[in-house]
Amino acid sequence: MSMTIIEKILARASGSERVGAGDIVVCEIDMTVLIDLQFATMWAPPTRIADPDRLAVIMDHAVPAPTVADADGGVRAREFVKAFGIERFFDVGRHGICHQVIAENGLALPGEVLTCTDSHTCAAGAYNSAARGLGPVEVYSIMCTGRTWFQVAPTIRYELHGERAAVVSGKDVFLHIAGAYGDATNHNIEFGGPGLASLPMHDRRAIATQGAEVSADFTTFPADELCRSYLDERSDRPYQPVDPDPDARYAAVREVDLGALEPYVARPGGVSENALPVSQIERRRVDQCFIGSCANGQIEDLQIAAEVLGGRRVAPGVRLIVTPASQAVYTEAVRRGYVEALAEAGAIVTNSTCGACFGYHMGLLGAGEVCITASTRNFRGRMGSPDAEIYMASPYTVAAAAVAGEIIDPREL
Amino acid sequence: MQEQVTGRAWVFGDSIDTDNMYPGYAMRMPVEQAAEHVFYAIRPEFASGVRPGDIVVAGRNFGIGSSRPVAQLFRQLGVAALVASEFNSLFFRNSVNFGLPAVTIPGVHEAIADGEQVRLDIRAARIERLAGGEPLQGAPLPEFVLEIVARGGLMAKLAADGYLPA
Ligand code: SF4
Repeated sequence: MSMTIIEKILARASGSERVGAGDIVVCEIDMTVLIDLQFATMWAPPTRIADPDRLAVIMDHAVPAPTVADADGGVRAREFVKAFGIERFFDVGRHGICHQVIAENGLALPGEVLTCTDSHTCAAGAYNSAARGLGPVEVYSIMCTGRTWFQVAPTIRYELHGERAAVVSGKDVFLHIAGAYGDATNHNIEFGGPGLASLPMHDRRAIATQGAEVSADFTTFPADELCRSYLDERSDRPYQPVDPDPDARYAAVREVDLGALEPYVARPGGVSENALPVSQIERRRVDQCFIGSCANGQIEDLQIAAEVLGGRRVAPGVRLIVTPASQAVYTEAVRRGYVEALAEAGAIVTNSTCGACFGYHMGLLGAGEVCITASTRNFRGRMGSPDAEIYMASPYTVAAAAVAGEIIDPREL
Repeated sequence: MQEQVTGRAWVFGDSIDTDNMYPGYAMRMPVEQAAEHVFYAIRPEFASGVRPGDIVVAGRNFGIGSSRPVAQLFRQLGVAALVASEFNSLFFRNSVNFGLPAVTIPGVHEAIADGEQVRLDIRAARIERLAGGEPLQGAPLPEFVLEIVARGGLMAKLAADGYLPA
């Protein structure tokens, strides 16, 4: 029927036999996630909601509450889940950044449609779902009615070949793509190809998360064996994997040789057409290094940080902030000794929250400072002062910069 | 919804991101106060200079970034509509869902000069300079989107449908 993965999912969710680029469809939403900010900023308790079983509430962006407004939001969230019997409530203590919690709890499965009040909801595209961020009033509306509309965008396909080197991560794959091809505004992105099998799930999630950074609508991966075994460990809900049709129509098909990639760095301001191999990047002195966020606060990311920092020290004058993506990641990192290794090296390991990623709490930048981050977004002003500069790279490259005090090729360590 | 708006154009370039319009630190503030920080870094005179009825014009990939409700701040400031060569889809939805018209008209940011008086026909997706010249035409918004805007956004629709307490 010549449909891409996203087209097939949207067709199913809208009860259509076939959808194609340009079509406007109304979809039933399988799962909707409300985050803490929603309750702190624009909350009015609804009279009724579509289905408490298709709703989750996750406390993530501002926990523990750094302001009274955020604390009041928490009060409203707790009242709401109690009043409506929402079982999937991830309150402070069993919380995490929403996209990590969605992954850990199998809230987005192959073939499903997931919406959430955060732009990086595309993260769950790693699990073969149609997932995207929407604004707070639209998510509120879906909570009430159970559905929303989409205009089906044309899809760009990336065919992955080869196998990445150990020093190369999903972040580097993404930065290569963003640097080489730029924005995908009003397009979907689909990954596939023989190289996919060698790409671990945490890398896929980092890549899918960052689809928002090239302005894409949906970003999605197929549910191969690796994906299915990941999900089967986390959920017992049934699902139907969705593959693209062999004659699916794409706006473009682009080949990526994973074996040819090296660590990448994006320069301040954004990632599109602004990322280069680390060997071509200036050796800037750094004030702050950040490893965290929904993209790169996963246990594998903390492992890399702990391995790089183990037996070394954070360079004088540099702050290294490490933020686990969830309470579960945090406890696992404690168990494995990563937290100790990092803290002894002079890093600050924080509670799980969005925190420094969006310049809201726990590690803002001052004017004139230079940061290198493994989080999702390096817009001007994103992490504090508009007069700070934010480079973006993989956890490995960020950890190496923390040790060296400047941006270096991590292979030099 | 006022279908014809006439006002001054504030013209911006490509890839104006949400954090530029609604900085993270302003998310701690009430809407009235947060609105004072729109374009704080790239156009600090905007919030105090913008007048009700003015139109924000931008280039490609307008509004890349976060789901934070920038449209709320624009509405607070009295901005009548957004017009861009291309919108990020999340930003587009977030605007119309807050009752702020968002019209795609390719080439608009190059054809219109900053500070110029323009007339925008929201339903027809057409903009013209009061100084004269050919109008620019975009693809009209679907009827159901115009209806969301006309009702003042999704919350008004939900209230009318009984989802919010009276
Ligand atoms: S970690 Fe950053 S990008 Fe991810 S959800 Fe939180 S604020 Fe958004």
